[in-house]
Amino acid sequence: MWNWLNNLDRRWIFLMMFLAVSIPILIIGVTGLTFPETPTPLAQATFDALDELPSGSKILLSFDYDPASEGELGPMATSFVHQCAQKGHKMYFMTLWPLGPRMIEKNIEKVITSDYPDLQYGVDYVNLGYRAGNEGVIKVIVTDLQQMYLTDVRGVGLKEIPMMDGIRNIQAMDLIVNVSAGYAGTKEWVQYAVSAFPDKLRMVAGCTGVQAPLLYPYIPDQLIGLLGAIKGAAEYESIVNTWVRRDRLETMLGGLGFDQGQIAELVQDPSTMSSMLDEPRFADQFKNTKDRDAVIALAEAPVDPKYLEGQRRMGPQLVAHLLMVGLIILGNIIFFVGRGQGGAA
Amino acid sequence: MIVSKFIPQTEGWGEDVATWFNILAAFAFVLGGGNLLKLHLQKISSKVTGWGYSVIILVSFIATLVIGLGKFGIHPSAEYPNVAWSGPTQPEGSAFGWVYEYLLQPLTATMFAMLAFYIASAAFRAFRAKNFEAFLLLATAFIILLGRTIAGVFITSWIPPNSPFAFLRLEELSVYIMQIFNTAGNRAIMIGIALGIASTSLKILLGIDRSYLGSSED
Repeated sequence: MWNWLNNLDRRWIFLMMFLAVSIPILIIGVTGLTFPETPTPLAQATFDALDELPSGSKILLSFDYDPASEGELGPMATSFVHQCAQKGHKMYFMTLWPLGPRMIEKNIEKVITSDYPDLQYGVDYVNLGYRAGNEGVIKVIVTDLQQMYLTDVRGVGLKEIPMMDGIRNIQAMDLIVNVSAGYAGTKEWVQYAVSAFPDKLRMVAGCTGVQAPLLYPYIPDQLIGLLGAIKGAAEYESIVNTWVRRDRLETMLGGLGFDQGQIAELVQDPSTMSSMLDEPRFADQFKNTKDRDAVIALAEAPVDPKYLEGQRRMGPQLVAHLLMVGLIILGNIIFFVGRGQGGAA
Repeated sequence: MIVSKFIPQTEGWGEDVATWFNILAAFAFVLGGGNLLKLHLQKISSKVTGWGYSVIILVSFIATLVIGLGKFGIHPSAEYPNVAWSGPTQPEGSAFGWVYEYLLQPLTATMFAMLAFYIASAAFRAFRAKNFEAFLLLATAFIILLGRTIAGVFITSWIPPNSPFAFLRLEELSVYIMQIFNTAGNRAIMIGIALGIASTSLKILLGIDRSYLGSSED
């Protein structure tokens, strides 16, 4: 047994990693269960940066990643679009990566087209697409957008797009949101855009796990918020999902004539909505049971799985991390025992 | 570009040069394609070891290029219905979209996912506490690995969140390590690199360092 462990074939480790990832995926896929997430200050700061802006603010979303890192970055990109769409921000999509346009289209289809069909292309959101040149593109559009972008991704001239009216460069944006998998990405946006115009440009970012340590030095001045890998995505997703439900409930309850105090009390914990609405002071507000049922249905409706991708991926990450810790401990035990026996482990 | 940074009147020069850079970048795509063809045709022609892979690269490259430029299966856009090839590059259902969705995406995602397997194997074989520095690295890795999952919360949940020892909770420790130790280390490295670039640039500009011209003198 000891010899077997000492000369463990790496294919056994590959098999263990395969099981550590695939079994939680299957269990979470069947049960739909996710782990609770407690947001870290950086995830909260990212959410607040978008939330504090008034509805209709201009947000530049640069999705600088490709399919290779979509598993890690896709969920946070979806949540960014989800928050912007719910808040009513104007979304300007672009990418510095040649494979990025499809990432933008996927998120537009996933969030805007399916859940926010009232948002109009060219009025509420626009896809500027990809331009070659990496940081060169940033350097140009930060002072003159039209030197780089004469048309959007559909070939429509920018002058014909209503939401591009009056936008000479990206300094007109209220916030830059960057989802980055490497070069060109968050570091280049910080160096060539935010650092060049610190009084005008603000930025939040989401990045891969390997990038995160390199981006911490830019917090909090150049980067207001940062989502690191799938953990950051899960935390941010959790905040956005909770807020979206509350925001929709507030709108619905406001339409039914509830005052601000009552609304605040009711949306505090939507899971208790049904029992709270039984109290006479709330129950008397409803003209019919249909409205009451609609409020309860909204409060208790399960979150669409497409908005839980980050949280669902924390399961496989947990087991994989535990396996890694176990392997490191086992490797060290073998090392120290071998050394104690005078071996050359 | 250096001049435009220091003299406000020449600020526009920097923008012009940046625009040239983008034109050059567009040409670089053509040069890159040409270089790829040349390199792999040479490998095939001289039948070096692994020339079969060069065939695969060239076939994939040419097929993707033809499908992409030809816009097969793409209809003209709604804005310009009478203009051929005015449709988007890779809508769903198009040949290029198919290549992207069913070839490129799974292949690149698979390559990235394989990293987890090799990291696990490397962790088992190489991550040893051979000395005190290695032990510190190992302890930090444990804190980060556990602190980034719900396991970290469970393991140290016995420490009350409002107690003076709350910073010892694994999720708090992992944040502390990233925000304090990591930030300090990375800032030091970044400042060091910047100073190194500045001093090397000055040495080159002042003619002190001529090694880049092939001179043996430093």
